[in-house]
Amino acid sequence: MTEPLHRDRTDEFTSVRHVYEPHRVGLPPLGSYVRELWRRREFAFELSRTDLRAQHFNTLFGQLWLVLNPLLLACVYFVLVDILRARTGGVAFFAHLMAALFAYHFVTDAIRQAVRSVTGGGRLILNTAFPRLLLPGASVITAVKRFLTTIVIFVPVFIFASLPVGPHLLWLFPVFGLFVLLATGMAALVAALQVYFRDLKNFLQYGLRMWLYASPILYFAAEVPDRYQFLLLLNPLAPLLTAWSDVIEFGLAPDPGDLALGAAWGLAFFISGAIFFISREREFAVRL
Amino acid sequence: MSSLSVSDRVRIRVEDVSVTYRTSLERAPTLKSTLLRLGRRERIIREIEALKTVSFEVPHGKVMGVVGANGAGKSTLMRAVAGILPPTEGRIEVQGRVSTLLSLGVGFNKKLTGRENVVLGGLAAGLTRAELREKYDEIVAFAELDDFMDMPMRTYSSGMYGRLAFAVAVAMHPDILIIDEALSVGDARFRRKSFEKMRELCGENRTILLVSHALGSIEKLCDEAIWMDKGRMRMWDEPHAVVEAYTEFLGVGDAEEDPVTMEDI
Repeated sequence: MTEPLHRDRTDEFTSVRHVYEPHRVGLPPLGSYVRELWRRREFAFELSRTDLRAQHFNTLFGQLWLVLNPLLLACVYFVLVDILRARTGGVAFFAHLMAALFAYHFVTDAIRQAVRSVTGGGRLILNTAFPRLLLPGASVITAVKRFLTTIVIFVPVFIFASLPVGPHLLWLFPVFGLFVLLATGMAALVAALQVYFRDLKNFLQYGLRMWLYASPILYFAAEVPDRYQFLLLLNPLAPLLTAWSDVIEFGLAPDPGDLALGAAWGLAFFISGAIFFISREREFAVRL
Repeated sequence: MSSLSVSDRVRIRVEDVSVTYRTSLERAPTLKSTLLRLGRRERIIREIEALKTVSFEVPHGKVMGVVGANGAGKSTLMRAVAGILPPTEGRIEVQGRVSTLLSLGVGFNKKLTGRENVVLGGLAAGLTRAELREKYDEIVAFAELDDFMDMPMRTYSSGMYGRLAFAVAVAMHPDILIIDEALSVGDARFRRKSFEKMRELCGENRTILLVSHALGSIEKLCDEAIWMDKGRMRMWDEPHAVVEAYTEFLGVGDAEEDPVTMEDI
């Protein structure tokens, strides 16, 4: 397979050679795919902006709603756990709930947005040739933006729970990066699967709910009994949430083991999700 | 010609291309129905051979017309050349930037405004923001839709929808333009305008693939034509001969005199 020949690099739009051939392994040449993806990244940003506009993201109440939803959920869970376990965690536990719940919300928000990204992209897919990975990519961008607007709520949480503030908070960036990596992989996976199973969206609700309970959100990872510890190893979100908690609530650098496990899960999902999506995306046009 | 001498002259080369795709007979494929079907070994997938070993070339600056009955594979061929549908066999080589105006809905999202659709479509097609800004006014002016650009496209009439689509496709200043039955949009005045625009583009050394049921436009605009029939290429000749053979095959009588089949774009 030959690379597209850019005869004129100064304006690569005007003189490009395209060759379309059957790909034996189901994958297009990845080098040029990634180049095209990067070249058209503006499309993903614009698509995300359009989606956000439709969700009234640019209004005060639209943004308030984004905060309100997980905040109320945190309150409900706080009361629930407090009653069920007669816990005396108080404000510190509420801070844990908030931190973990907002991170979980980010990942699942990306997945929820992505699930319809391809099937909802209908006409554009039928009529324009572009790397389809941009569609779930736009969903992740939307989720990141929605998440970033909600972090203001952490200012009062940090104050009331007197959480430690310092340079250790810089650890949040790489940990959040791993959340994004994981979310992107899963977004690509569900976006492609939704094309084949249109009811995936309905099943996903239950899956994500179970994931919430299986993750160290309503409890701490350290509290999990030994016989269930393996569940945490199998849960891609668990090591990241633990690292996230360590930084926010305890002012610690994340445990290298958690980081390594989280990175491994993130990479595994990112790579397998992207590869699965790309190997299938050429079929989308006839499946929609 | 060997494929190494991809001359500057040949812009589109289609070599022995077949497109076979599998389509599900279910209304909507679901996980539930897949699970319920498990073990029963029912076949609910049908293979469709949309194109069977089609080969042709379009030299630089030529206009190629494509005629054929409904379901002959014209749209599949256009989408394969545009890179949307991958060939199952064979090879397609396209030299230059492609702009498409395809019959299947033109890629607009009706919930979005005209402006959002133009921007999204342009970016997806690989334009930069600067290029888009440059072209935006031109598009609006050509489509004559100034008042409607910030309204959701579901409020558009079908004529307005088509006008915007045509304006976007031609404003891309592509080397290669693929137009699939999209010329017959708008009122008489806009049809005249788009016909003039097409004629202008045809005269500008652009390579154009034109699918149309308006055999008159095929004859007037094209340098060569192919006739597709049930996924195969039945004929490749100069337009008059192709149109004549095609109309004879259809049994609609003398094309020259029938205003219905010859109707302008």
